[in-house]
Amino acid sequence: MSRTSFRLALTGLAAGLSLALFQPAAQAAEGAPKPPALSWSFAGPFGTFDRAQLQRGFKVYKEVCAACHGASLVRFRNLSQPGGPEFSAGQVAALAATYQIKDGPNDQGEMFERPGRPADAFPSPFPNEQAARAAQGGAYPPDFSVLAKARTYTRGFPTFIFDIFTQYQEQGPDYIHALLTGYKEPPAGVTLLPGQNYNEFMPGHLIAMPNPLSDGQVEYPKGADGKSPVPETADQYARDVAAFMVWMAEPHLEARKRLGMQVMLFLVIFAGLLYYTKKKVWSRMPDGSPAH
Amino acid sequence: MSGHSSYVPKTGIERWLDARLPIVRLAHDSAVSYPVPRNLNYLWTFGGILVFMLVAQIVTGIILVMHYTPHATMAFNSVEHIMRDVNYGWLLRYLHSNGASMFFVAVYVHIFRGLYYGSYKAPREVLWILGVVIFLLMMATAFMGYVLPWGQMSFWGATVITNLFSALPVIGETIVTFLWGGYSVDNPTLNRFFSLHYLLPFMIFGVVVLHVWALHHVGQNNPTGVEVKNVEKDTVPFTPYATVKDIFGMVVFMIVFAWFVFYQPNYMGHADNYIVANPAATPAHIVPEWYFLPFYAILRAIPDKLGGVLAMGSAIVVLAFLPWIDTSKVKSMSYRPIARQLFWAFLAVCIGLGYLGAMPAEGGYVIASQIFTVLYFGFFVALFVVGLFERPKALPTSIADAVLAASAKNGSAARMAAATAAEPNVKG
Repeated sequence: MSRTSFRLALTGLAAGLSLALFQPAAQAAEGAPKPPALSWSFAGPFGTFDRAQLQRGFKVYKEVCAACHGASLVRFRNLSQPGGPEFSAGQVAALAATYQIKDGPNDQGEMFERPGRPADAFPSPFPNEQAARAAQGGAYPPDFSVLAKARTYTRGFPTFIFDIFTQYQEQGPDYIHALLTGYKEPPAGVTLLPGQNYNEFMPGHLIAMPNPLSDGQVEYPKGADGKSPVPETADQYARDVAAFMVWMAEPHLEARKRLGMQVMLFLVIFAGLLYYTKKKVWSRMPDGSPAH
Repeated sequence: MSGHSSYVPKTGIERWLDARLPIVRLAHDSAVSYPVPRNLNYLWTFGGILVFMLVAQIVTGIILVMHYTPHATMAFNSVEHIMRDVNYGWLLRYLHSNGASMFFVAVYVHIFRGLYYGSYKAPREVLWILGVVIFLLMMATAFMGYVLPWGQMSFWGATVITNLFSALPVIGETIVTFLWGGYSVDNPTLNRFFSLHYLLPFMIFGVVVLHVWALHHVGQNNPTGVEVKNVEKDTVPFTPYATVKDIFGMVVFMIVFAWFVFYQPNYMGHADNYIVANPAATPAHIVPEWYFLPFYAILRAIPDKLGGVLAMGSAIVVLAFLPWIDTSKVKSMSYRPIARQLFWAFLAVCIGLGYLGAMPAEGGYVIASQIFTVLYFGFFVALFVVGLFERPKALPTSIADAVLAASAKNGSAARMAAATAAEPNVKG
């Protein structure tokens, strides 16, 4: 009896705790469709970034997004670190040198500009939030550094319980991709004010950012046959830049999952050994009576 | 169960030390020869798991502090600095943030285990009350810790929860100003929360010492709720029996912990907390961490602010009075047919409240929260009433008898008897 009841208790508690877990409500919007779940190379326990995709995503970010969105926590040197886009150190140094970075004060007490170095952070397009708002009609383009972790949508019951077992945690990139490809003509009855755009996936549907991506806008590196290996479409740009944003938000994702597998293997084997040790110890009681 | 000590110093140094500071004797008596009821199930491993979690939180926390900056303009970025630039900083930070959640998973299992098996009844009332004190300190620590990354949910969670004190008559506003260190949640608030977040775990540690001391004085409860009658027959020495079982339980728990740390590190957090705190923009839904949700639901169920605060407070404090609320002499609910049903209903109510706490406070959710709040407190009333007339099932005469009866039912008694007959000296 007590055996069944504590098993029941465990299952009950497990189910209950997962049920009670908070569902992210940050981007819950009434009537907004759920972003489609895409297949990402970095999903799941063995997930790794697709280097080529991150490099393409960086190109989209640099040529399109960076006009308004900073990524102030990311440094040029990160681009050549293992587990990222893995540009060569030379490429990164050359890239950094194309930027002018404000430094100082120097010996004369003057601020000065110098070419960027790999240790510099990505320069932000605006000096401060007020300047950004003034230039963008009052809207503030958010910094990209951790944005892929700061955006989500409601998973709902019981999906959020299954997510524990499927390890689904790509709400961020799914939402970002959906948003970037979710621009629509406003339905009848919705009048847009100047500076407003209609987006299916934006909470409340009104977004200040105009549709940023269009087919053929960014030129991708060509393969041996002279063609880009992936289509140069808005959908592909959105996927690539979303993947790049996940890497920016979680630069050690690959190391984390790799270490996780090692830790898991160790713990499972250790637990197995302990189980048999426990059985062995409990098979002999001090007074010789049966244990159970 | 603190019988006479069985420690025998073997070397000269041990004898010398034992005559001056019997610290090895203390360790031996409490972790080696300490008698443990032989019929404990795996729910009893959660005490050890909790000690492990407390130590893990303190160790990871101390290292995180070496890299963290408690300032309103720098805290968010210093956490990101830990995540990006500190060697294995991401691991430390995810261990610490998920560790808090796993700590609460373990403590809730531990509390509900105590509830089911009547571990709060005489002579364990003080042990239980110390447990409630630890639970309160844990809640305060976790709440203040969540403020430190200075994200949107940190800031607004701090604003909402500290504001609750303003409901108290006369002194309320003064308390809130004192907590904030000013007239709104700002840098002084962050500084004092940081200071207290470092202090409270050591206070928890102190109360845990008292908790374990009380436990070792009265002895562990067990699934039958029948006290140990014959130490020889009813118990086994802590080492190796409980030690190996506890470590096994701990490692299994660590597998679950590692699953979240390495594969779902942000599952139990809020996406909004990756947005830096902004006093000018309120998030759409301000929601506390999952382990506070049932109490948050009770808070919001009462339309009056002071009433809500009092209801939420009493929902926790009522636990401390359980030893006197429960009128039954029988400890284990395995032998209490009605109370057992009440227990499962209560568990369902707590889970329901947790769900409601995550939902917006509007329409049907508020009404449901009010019904569940009544049911929550109704459990304690029912426990009082049921104990007066409930007819418990027959209790086993001793722990050893219960074990023998169970193994006879499993058909293993004959096999075990044969095995022990062949091996008369079975002292492991």
